[in-house]
Amino acid sequence: MLNAVNGGGDRPLVFENARVVDPSRNLDAPGAVIVADRRIVAAGPDAARTTRPAGAEVIDCRGAVVAPGLVDMRVFVGEPGAEHRETFASAGQAAAAGGVTTIVTMPDTDPVIDEGALVDFIGRRARDETAIRVHPVAAITKGLEGREITEFGLLREAGAVAFSDGRRTVTNAAVMRRALTYARDFGALIMHHAADPNLVGAGVMNEGEVATRLGLAGIPKEAEIVVVERDVRLAALTRGRCHIAQVSCAESLDVVRRAKAAGISITCGASINHLTLNENDIGPYRTFFKLAPPLRAEDDRLAVVEGVADGSIDVIVSSHDPQDVDTKRQAFAEAADGAVGLETMLPAALRLFHSGNIGLVTLFRALATRPAELLGLEVGRLAPGAPADLILVDLDAPWVLDPDTLRSKSKNTPFDGARFSGRVLRTLVAGRTVFKAAGP
Amino acid sequence: MNVTPPPLPLAFSRRHLLGIEGMTAEEATGLLDLAEQAIEISRQIEKKKSVLRGRTLINLFFEASTRTQSSFELAGKRLGADVMNMAVGNSAVKKGETVIDTAMTLNAMRPDILVVRHHAAGAVELLAQKVGCSVINAGDGAHEHPTQALLDALTIRRHKGDIAGLTVAICGDIAHSRVARSNILLLNILGARVRVVGPSTLLPTGIERMGVEVFTDMRAGLADADIVMMLRLQRERMEGSYVPSIREYFHFFGLDREKLGYAKPDALVMHPGPMNRGVEIDSSVADGPQSLIGEQVEMGVAVRMAVLEALAAHLPNA
Repeated sequence: MLNAVNGGGDRPLVFENARVVDPSRNLDAPGAVIVADRRIVAAGPDAARTTRPAGAEVIDCRGAVVAPGLVDMRVFVGEPGAEHRETFASAGQAAAAGGVTTIVTMPDTDPVIDEGALVDFIGRRARDETAIRVHPVAAITKGLEGREITEFGLLREAGAVAFSDGRRTVTNAAVMRRALTYARDFGALIMHHAADPNLVGAGVMNEGEVATRLGLAGIPKEAEIVVVERDVRLAALTRGRCHIAQVSCAESLDVVRRAKAAGISITCGASINHLTLNENDIGPYRTFFKLAPPLRAEDDRLAVVEGVADGSIDVIVSSHDPQDVDTKRQAFAEAADGAVGLETMLPAALRLFHSGNIGLVTLFRALATRPAELLGLEVGRLAPGAPADLILVDLDAPWVLDPDTLRSKSKNTPFDGARFSGRVLRTLVAGRTVFKAAGP
Repeated sequence: MNVTPPPLPLAFSRRHLLGIEGMTAEEATGLLDLAEQAIEISRQIEKKKSVLRGRTLINLFFEASTRTQSSFELAGKRLGADVMNMAVGNSAVKKGETVIDTAMTLNAMRPDILVVRHHAAGAVELLAQKVGCSVINAGDGAHEHPTQALLDALTIRRHKGDIAGLTVAICGDIAHSRVARSNILLLNILGARVRVVGPSTLLPTGIERMGVEVFTDMRAGLADADIVMMLRLQRERMEGSYVPSIREYFHFFGLDREKLGYAKPDALVMHPGPMNRGVEIDSSVADGPQSLIGEQVEMGVAVRMAVLEALAAHLPNA
């Protein structure tokens, strides 16, 4: 892999005086982490008493957290087709700096990832250009057109880790039924953007008072809720695995909670934006806050936070969506949706920890362990034998985000000038350091 | 084969053959025994019997068919009947006539036996209620194709001796197949263990309650099978609707030498035709030593002769 800081990194590593967080074992305790041969040898209180491997590099963590590297299930990269917005190289550097060790890339590129050869291309480009792990998602339907399902079996064999139509919703319920049915035979996960395009209509932000005052067309929450309800029914009918990519409101979450209680194979995610921002942040038509689904009211944000806290929301995603000047420096209604997020997901998520809403184990479960489980990846945990994908995090380091320092090629962050507590000190992928913070 | 002629009346003493549903093992076995005699006749130089002499058989095909229609035509002629082929697809129906009107028109010509194929399930039975002659279902929608199931059973029985206890895997587009439904019914009646194998999109809801084991993987579905019965996948179902593509379907469900290797070493391969080579079956298997596909066609004529003869014995004015 390229970009490995500190050379080969095959030397054993010992992280001492760490706070070890491993959701796979419900562990949050002082201890050590030992890495050798690219895998975790031991992690936790016991590891502090384990004999250190000969020749190990010893790192004094001074109480900083060692946690699994984040697994981000929703990342848009510009490659192929929009390399001016983001490449695998720039996305990989942004991810490493943000503590994200695995990214799952969306298929809405040009060309659309709906052929085995293209999945193979993504895999090879990512291997050549980045030091982090990249898993492509292939399209549910050919050309993202919502009509004909793609070759799930051959695409899986080529390396597609799940199926999604990215920013699009499969509006035809019969096509969705067939996709879930066919996916079941291959154990494939269908990840779905839930937004009825007819109900979205010309809407550009959350429907309600704020939109009305701004004179902007609204998007009702029902655009999301009706699709979530439909997908729950279809998941029950087909027994296929359906994952709602992002829930943004309390009612969607209620539907998911009831479905899970009934044993239906449905899971869901929430973006870091919907966990930490609301529609008021749009202020004077700031297009970096224009997202899909749109930022909702504060009550909905709190409901989504509660969903992560109680486990109804399985995963947190960055929804990293690089947009350039050409697509964002527009009137609000005409600007593209999306925000970058790979470098800010963890610091923003730590706001929920510092505010006392979500504990560290729960937070890292949603950021690393659970997404890896849903995708069938062996990362996302610090259990002995797991790949040594981990991060060292100073939970309290204060800093202010300067968008110009972002490694992403695009700077469309809604956290411009935001104050954060907590940052990544070091990121390891397969035992190799791929990012190390500057400074002491 | 030396077979003693079965005494008439046969166990099969119905006016119509509309489906396998409701048939007893004795009726089915009786028809297969009679078909054995028909094979002998068809292999002679003089391929004629006279049991249908003077009778009129009309092939009424609302849906195009080459092999079933010609098979019935030959069967009728070998039994001495006058046979008329009505390809309705390009006549009255195109002018807006209903199925029943067409049937009543033909009925007025006083045929003795109508052989009917229709694209809608249940249409043949509806027609049978309206006419005074015997009706044979030559395929109604995705419902039944009884003579295909009988010819398949005859083919299997001649190679394996007894159908009871055999494991038969029916593979492919089960959802849209009348051949699958009739075979599932008949093979169960005759004591076989029946499996269906295909992608879930081509397996209809509730099929497991028709007396089959359901598989979505060829390796598991063909394991230790005695008979592998492939079904035709229609082109309009290949491109992204029920399965994403021909190449994916062939990769996972097309019967090639490797997949046939999961079955018993002496497993036999069948296909009702017409085949899509490279879609549901590879040429090396279709033309290989384990294939019975050519023989099925010969058995088709024999079984249809048997069915016609059995029905003729019970025509109103017989």
